[in-house]
Amino acid sequence: MHRTGELYGQFETLGQQKESATLGMWIFLVTEVLFFGGLFLTYTINRSAFSTAFGIGSNTLDIKLGAGNTVVLIMSSLTMALAVWSAQVGKKKLVSFFLVATLGLGTVFLGVKAVEYKQKYDHHLIPGHGFDMRYRSAHPLPGDNLKDLALEKEEVEKAIVKDPDINYHGQLYFSLYFGMTGLHALHMIVGAGLLLWLIKGSFAGRYTPQYNTPVEIVGLYWHFVDIVWIYLFPLLYLIDRHH
Amino acid sequence: MSNTPPTPELELPDKHYLNATYGSGIRSWLLTTDHKRIALLYLASVTVFFFIGGVLATMIRIHLLTPGGALVTPETYNKLFTMHGVAMIFFFLIPSIPAVMGNFLIPLMIGAKDLAFPKINLLSWYIYVIGGCFVLYSFSTGGLDTGWTFYTPLSSVYSNSAVTPAVIGIFINGFSSILTGLNFIVTIHTMRAPGMTWFRMPLFVWAHYATSLVMILGTPVVAITLLLAGLERMFHLGFFNPALGGDPILFQHLFWFYSHPAVYIMILPAMGVISEIIPTFARKPIFGYAFIAGSSIAIAVIGFLVWAHHMFVTGESTYAALAFSFLSYLVAIPSAVKVFNWTSTLYKGSISWDPPMVYALGFIGLFVIGGLTGLFLACLGLDIHIHDTYFVVAHFHYIMVGGAVMGYVGGLHFWWPKITGRLYPRSLSRFAAVILFIGFNLTFFPQFILGYLGMPRRYHTYPPEFQVLNVLSTAGASILALGYLLPMSYLTWSMRYGKVAGPNPWPATGLEWKTDSPPLTENFEVTPEVTWEPYDFKNRPDLGLATGAPLPAPAHGDD
Repeated sequence: MHRTGELYGQFETLGQQKESATLGMWIFLVTEVLFFGGLFLTYTINRSAFSTAFGIGSNTLDIKLGAGNTVVLIMSSLTMALAVWSAQVGKKKLVSFFLVATLGLGTVFLGVKAVEYKQKYDHHLIPGHGFDMRYRSAHPLPGDNLKDLALEKEEVEKAIVKDPDINYHGQLYFSLYFGMTGLHALHMIVGAGLLLWLIKGSFAGRYTPQYNTPVEIVGLYWHFVDIVWIYLFPLLYLIDRHH
Repeated sequence: MSNTPPTPELELPDKHYLNATYGSGIRSWLLTTDHKRIALLYLASVTVFFFIGGVLATMIRIHLLTPGGALVTPETYNKLFTMHGVAMIFFFLIPSIPAVMGNFLIPLMIGAKDLAFPKINLLSWYIYVIGGCFVLYSFSTGGLDTGWTFYTPLSSVYSNSAVTPAVIGIFINGFSSILTGLNFIVTIHTMRAPGMTWFRMPLFVWAHYATSLVMILGTPVVAITLLLAGLERMFHLGFFNPALGGDPILFQHLFWFYSHPAVYIMILPAMGVISEIIPTFARKPIFGYAFIAGSSIAIAVIGFLVWAHHMFVTGESTYAALAFSFLSYLVAIPSAVKVFNWTSTLYKGSISWDPPMVYALGFIGLFVIGGLTGLFLACLGLDIHIHDTYFVVAHFHYIMVGGAVMGYVGGLHFWWPKITGRLYPRSLSRFAAVILFIGFNLTFFPQFILGYLGMPRRYHTYPPEFQVLNVLSTAGASILALGYLLPMSYLTWSMRYGKVAGPNPWPATGLEWKTDSPPLTENFEVTPEVTWEPYDFKNRPDLGLATGAPLPAPAHGDD
């Protein structure tokens, strides 16, 4: 199909093209909800079955990094929304600025995530043969809060009496942790690629009040990925923070 | 016929999508964004998988000729039925009608130039091919022995076959299905020609809308489920492995949440095909248009609420089982609405026994048997007795082969003149349809009896008293094979030598028949405007049918 300007040959008008693209993205997001839905269901079933192990696993996560990352991601949603708005009102320079800001914040998020993953590796909390729920409290690393670790040790010892298989159940928590945050991070990486493509277009001045569908639908995607995190953060970080 | 003036010999249009060149030969196919060409790419690739699945089925039937098993070892037998299921379900049945005929026809039927996202359409074919390569790699390097259902922990821990590449392949292939469904839904919403209101759409399009709903809502769930099972196998995780605290029943719930509705991905498009064929060859408007359209949506919706009827013997709660049993019975209502409306359409119709019609009538008979035996299986008490027996095998083959494949082959015959511009021999194709019907029944009806008598499915051996019925079934399978090979050969023959069909050989009322056969790349010279109601033969001067005059007889190829 040939293309005249921004209108692809299969469409009659730009309005029809925009309606199709937007509807397409919304439907894609519906499929994403169901895709993540399978994981959320698996999480729910296992958390209700092994709440102690999930609580201990959750407390090993770094809440400061997690909360900080949540703020970063919400900020990136704001800049994304502002990029869409700038495109709609025709402020071409602002579009580029806000897109770059969104990409920057997204990259910060991914960097922090990498730091968190590295911590889990150091603490022997990667599911597999080296996995050990007791390792972290027995081998403090520089910078660890010893009071917290003592509490954690006590908690693990108590839990093992009730649930001798706690290492297996803790692994389920961490399998889900890596599965869910990993899939989320993969979506962030795809989003970053889309942002790069948008930035290229916006430097070329492609987005105008008449034609800004790409910015808008990538925006939808970006907000969706943020919303997934808004659910992941409490489910993974906040389930047992009573001390 | 003596007083009809001789009609001039028809000729193919000068320019159409098959001879339009956008580049040199193979490139113009592999890089095409034309929905019609992509449909043919799908036609070729699903035929490959149909052939593979068919060869495996043949081996299964030969093996079961004798009680001890005639052909292969027990381990190989496990692989045969698993690979047969995987090839047929994921790579033939699910894409068959939607990706071939839906792709070709939906834009034509609603008066659009193409699908809303032609590039995504091509992408989905490539995704299918990549997924298919992974699965073929699995088949050829150790095979697959888990059953097409991939139940854990057999698939994730214990199986010694090539499960990982197969799971990756099916995971990838899922996105092909998702993108096709997405494309169809958007196209149906935004690309309809002026005057093509929702209730003027052909029922084929309604059926595909319902199918697409199932594709976009179900497929992501099986994708994530197989991904988890694959990760479990690769990294020794415990999601579904009871030894590590996981829950194998959870896998079954997630799997059937897609895989039951997947049956409706197979049968709904076939119902759409039948809804087009019946009024055309009964020469009268379809009875109860709105009910047939609505029943497609109802089947898609209720289909999502019945999955746990596959799990009555897993020890699920009796109350849950009761609810799932009741909901499964509900599916019978919209299904029966369709069957009654088709038969009412036939009533006092001017029926001609052209090949597509023979397939359509065959479909109705086989679907009724398949559907009613589904009610046996939805019955809690009876299901305990016939669960995992050949009764189940026979039931779902009546739906998937007797229903979906019959609809697929019937649809190919119906739209073949549109796709290729040529007709095929009429007597031979009618004969093939009857052969298919007889071969099918002879293959699968004995399996109902076998199952009722207690022969379990997926066993490589059986007690000697079951041999007569098994031999009958194998004999039927060889007739059935002829029923597939015949159309494959004369349809291929007709592509070159068939009589030229003209734009509307039957004649039928849909928009797709108002353009050339084969159509232009852009489908229509000018965007059509729809001013008539669906399946109305009487008020259609645009079809060249004189008011009050009898409709011309369907054109047919030379015998």
